[in-house]
Amino acid sequence: MEKFLTLTSTVVPLPIENVDTDQIIPARFLKATDKNGFGDNLFADWRYNKDGSPKADFVLNNPVYSGTVLVAGKNFGSGSSREHAAWAIDGYGFKVVVSSFFADIFQNNALNNGVLPVVVSAEFLADIFASVTADATSTLTIDLENQTVTNNATGKSETFVINPYKKECLLNGLDDIDYLLSKKAMIEAYEAAR
Amino acid sequence: MNSRTQTPPSGGRGAATLFDKIWDAHVVSSVENGPTQLYIDRHFCHEVTSPQAFNGLRQRGLKVFRPEQTTMTADHNTPTIDQDQPVKDPISRHQLDTFAQNAAYFEMPLFYPLGHQKNGVVHIIGPENGFTHPGATIVCGDSHTSTHGAFGAIAFGIGTSEVEMVLATQCILQSRPKTMRITFNGKLSEGVTAKDLALYMISKLTTGGASGYFVEYAGEAIRNMSMEERMTVCNLSIEMGARGGLIAPDQTTFDYVNGREFAPKGEEWDKKLAYWKTLKTDEGATFDKELVFVAADIQPMITYGTNPGMGMGITESIPTLDSIDEAGRISYQKSLEYMGFGAGEKLEGKAIDYVFLGSCTNGRIEDFRIFANYVKGKKKADNVTAWLVPGSWKVENQIREEGLYEILTEAGFALRQPGCSACLAMNDDKVPAGKYAVSTSNRNFEGRQGPGARTILAGPLVAAAAAVTGRITDPRA
Repeated sequence: MEKFLTLTSTVVPLPIENVDTDQIIPARFLKATDKNGFGDNLFADWRYNKDGSPKADFVLNNPVYSGTVLVAGKNFGSGSSREHAAWAIDGYGFKVVVSSFFADIFQNNALNNGVLPVVVSAEFLADIFASVTADATSTLTIDLENQTVTNNATGKSETFVINPYKKECLLNGLDDIDYLLSKKAMIEAYEAAR
Repeated sequence: MNSRTQTPPSGGRGAATLFDKIWDAHVVSSVENGPTQLYIDRHFCHEVTSPQAFNGLRQRGLKVFRPEQTTMTADHNTPTIDQDQPVKDPISRHQLDTFAQNAAYFEMPLFYPLGHQKNGVVHIIGPENGFTHPGATIVCGDSHTSTHGAFGAIAFGIGTSEVEMVLATQCILQSRPKTMRITFNGKLSEGVTAKDLALYMISKLTTGGASGYFVEYAGEAIRNMSMEERMTVCNLSIEMGARGGLIAPDQTTFDYVNGREFAPKGEEWDKKLAYWKTLKTDEGATFDKELVFVAADIQPMITYGTNPGMGMGITESIPTLDSIDEAGRISYQKSLEYMGFGAGEKLEGKAIDYVFLGSCTNGRIEDFRIFANYVKGKKKADNVTAWLVPGSWKVENQIREEGLYEILTEAGFALRQPGCSACLAMNDDKVPAGKYAVSTSNRNFEGRQGPGARTILAGPLVAAAAAVTGRITDPRA
């Protein structure tokens, strides 16, 4: 997994609430047996017409917006446990998703793929949406070490919460499997004691 | 199940909740400032969320640590007709072939491919074959794993990275969720099903209202439920964002499990049963949140929007825009626009095009009994395409044994073969764009049942009434 430190980027705004994983990656794209290529179908039904041409009114097709930070309405990633949603977001090139609330499983899946979910207050989320609507070149800075997110357009800043263990994993590019494999003896001892 | 001394639950409380008892019995270690290393008793595995996990094992040169603790069935990406023929879609076929290759390569003893007599929807074949036990920790790369909580188990959905962790170590790292108890006092009214109770609850809590919580369901209405009904309720826990939901095991639970193929037998059964009987929330144990509902307040439910929290009683009207939070109005309008409904509109009497009976939510024998009982002596409406998909071959066999097949056939219905089918429409069972489907499944998200498909979630009784009249119909009328 790639290490995550600090990031400053323009943002892609998606001010929709309850964006579920069926929207992030529709089920018909889950037939692959590897993790590659899902980025092309990120938000497929919002992004493309039936004939495959891009829908002009969807934010990913608007050349005004770009960047590696996706900012979305509350309860992002609800629904299905499909990790393909995290692979699609990662595959498209997003490193951070900012929202006022994330669904549990999506949050875990994102972290397990080096994508950082950043939870901000509803007010701060509204502040970001206002800035990016006024000026699409406005940027956010996400500092994982200090757990801060800053709207550089307004200078407003918030701290965000991340599990200290997960933070270490992201900062060092380690994953849970490495950790669990190092505990094999403990697992066998647990089984023997049952 | 666990003979070791139980550690007291977090917070130093003497009295423990059911959740605390099971969780604490499965803690292998705790990461400093981090999550818990949780031991997993049973892992269910299907073809869609597992191939990348098996690839990961190969890349790391690992074996499956405890193959006998993983049950594999193909269900999500499978056709519901001609299952004896090669699967037509080459990409789907490749995924199913990969599943079989992984089962063979990693020497998995419990592999139920398409056509196997134990094949079916993962959350249906688990309990019916006796893989699901009270007090167990159960995971699967599928959010509706919460179904198994009906047996008094901690069961929840995981991502593919976590599937790989379980295959490699039989453990995952999880943060301890908060606990919530939802109590339903009194009895459900005539014509109101477990699905209605769940849709009612989700409409009150909203689609994200239980995020971060593990829910225990309690109260007279829950106690009175059969295992099938309890599974429907626990199944839908995720639709309000809960990590999972569970119900304390009782005689109903023990009677269901006893005698099933993979249930404990003989002396082992007696030992387990004694332990299972201790699995209930202690008097005085506290939850992070408690909610109480009156069962008699619930009427048959339908959804009108694009998440399961957007539900209402079948005789009610869609909420008006001024009743919605300002921040949520854009999403609300987008949702109604997708559905082709107006704020304030009543849906009773509205024409529909498709009916789907099936899925891990309502694909069990009782759901088919309810449906068949309603349509008996009636006829399917000509304007309705009905997909009746049993959750497993066992359910299908039982439908035939109980004579439900004849009732359904006489009323103009046909049975399809087991699988997830139109619940997520990975196969050809797709509702066309713009068409309305009354569906007993679990999600009404945009495009869930096919691009542009409009899903109205309901219980098996409302689905039966809609199938007969071709309209949204109160089954009590």
